[in-house]
Amino acid sequence: MRILVVAEHDTEVLRSGTRSAVAFANSVAAQTDGEVECLVIGHRIASVAKEAASISKVLCLDSESLTAPVADRYARVIADVTIQRKIDLVVAASTSYAKDVVGRAAGLLGGSMASDVVGHTVQDDKLVLRRPMFAGAVTATVTLIGHPQIITIRGSAYEPAVASVDESEIITVDIDESSLPNHISFEKIETRSSHRPDVTESRIVVSGGRAIKNSDDFERLVGGLADQLGGATGSSRALVDAGITPNDFQVGQTGKIVAPELYIAMGISGAVQHLAGMKNSKVIVAINNDPDAPMFEVADYGLVGDLYELVPQLIEKLHAE
Amino acid sequence: MNMKILVPTKRVPDTDQKIRIRPDGSGIDEENLPYVVNPFDAIAVEEALRIRENSNDEVEVLAVGIGSDDYERELRTSLAIGADRAMLIECAAALDSWNVARILSVIVQREQADLVLMGKQAVDDDSNQAGQFLAALLDWPQATFASKLDFTENGLRVARETDAGIETVVVRLPAVVTTDLRLNEPRYASLPNILRARKKTIERLEFQQLGLEIEPRIQLLHMEVLSTGRNCIRVSGVDELVVRLRDEAKVI
Repeated sequence: MRILVVAEHDTEVLRSGTRSAVAFANSVAAQTDGEVECLVIGHRIASVAKEAASISKVLCLDSESLTAPVADRYARVIADVTIQRKIDLVVAASTSYAKDVVGRAAGLLGGSMASDVVGHTVQDDKLVLRRPMFAGAVTATVTLIGHPQIITIRGSAYEPAVASVDESEIITVDIDESSLPNHISFEKIETRSSHRPDVTESRIVVSGGRAIKNSDDFERLVGGLADQLGGATGSSRALVDAGITPNDFQVGQTGKIVAPELYIAMGISGAVQHLAGMKNSKVIVAINNDPDAPMFEVADYGLVGDLYELVPQLIEKLHAE
Repeated sequence: MNMKILVPTKRVPDTDQKIRIRPDGSGIDEENLPYVVNPFDAIAVEEALRIRENSNDEVEVLAVGIGSDDYERELRTSLAIGADRAMLIECAAALDSWNVARILSVIVQREQADLVLMGKQAVDDDSNQAGQFLAALLDWPQATFASKLDFTENGLRVARETDAGIETVVVRLPAVVTTDLRLNEPRYASLPNILRARKKTIERLEFQQLGLEIEPRIQLLHMEVLSTGRNCIRVSGVDELVVRLRDEAKVI
């Protein structure tokens, strides 16, 4: 199988999901006598292309017209490269970027697409995929019909590809800029600057829920514990709806899907839609004053009590060690 | 500017219900399962109504469903909260995102819609594909995961919820916009409006009349419910928790 991984980056570094997508692609390639190329699109992306070359052969498409990742242009470029290079399988990590851009590219390429893949096997040269449905309550086993096939994978389900000693080839791809669509104009992106790691990429995530009363308490308790552990912060939908945390903090089916080594849920009852976003974490700790909170059912360690008392103790204890 | 907004809506199992699988793993057990309009599509209907209410021009809101007769009840919900028209494309087969998008693209062209507003994903299969596929098939601009809409001289300004933060784009119309959770809070239908909606006509089209054949793209082999339960160890306090995380789980 000829496999194309669509890389995601911030013009300086690759997003870690891309490394997981490469790992998935390498696994499929090994089982199908295939080869993997990684497509890096953007403008002034030499350092990203170089980083990608440490894990895969690279196709680099650097153009001023591709400065912002607008869906119509990027999807056109991905579809064109897929056809030109006779790609059988397009892979990306399942992120808001890939859902937008790669989803549209799949629409240009005939619609054989599976989203959020968490497991796979190859049977008779055919991919058999596992993916969650109904907010993760159900796991479906599916195959795709049609060619080429497009897959997004959950980064948390695949160990990221590690850099090899030799740097692979970087092939520069040219495009006809005049042929690109131009019906979406990018205005701005308001990124939240934070000294903490990204919640989808952090090894440890500390998350707060309804029991937290205001933003100051969130910062002191959730943020304080996260900083003590070198982790990221997240929250349940309840806190986002209450305006205590920003939208992009939300962990859950409709927010971010995380699977860190350690997930600490503080004052989160454990609604299905939240569990869908974190239940695959390796170790889960629940701290809640309700001993019957559903979160305890998915947790490895449970601590019943008032987090306003317990968390300062926990921060203190960790600090002392 | 007079405008026609087409809102595709999907009928999905009520999200508060526990999903059970048929014993043979061939699909979900639909017996006694209550259905609702996909929550993200309900947000799209609400947004279309707000656009109509805030506009000085003629705005028509058309809710479109694809499915069996059972769908009527959910389409009437859209009429009850204020959609001008509702249309059912009768199709008994279960459709994947590709075929949904193909059917919608025909309806959008027939109706000459200016804007398609639809949920970013349906909460049954969670694919998050149909809107992007539809935009690609129509060769229209798209703005996915919308959390705010404003009309400007150059088109529709959309705030998008992305992993990196809130992105703002301007799309020229006609366009496909998919809605995220925080765009609005859908209204409830009043009893008189529910009763009134019962008397309204739901326009019906048979799938065969659209001149399309179903092109399956995804084949379901099996479904299962994986147990997520773990044996939770209740710790006595902060000290025990730290010891266990450090020495037993080895994560800190």
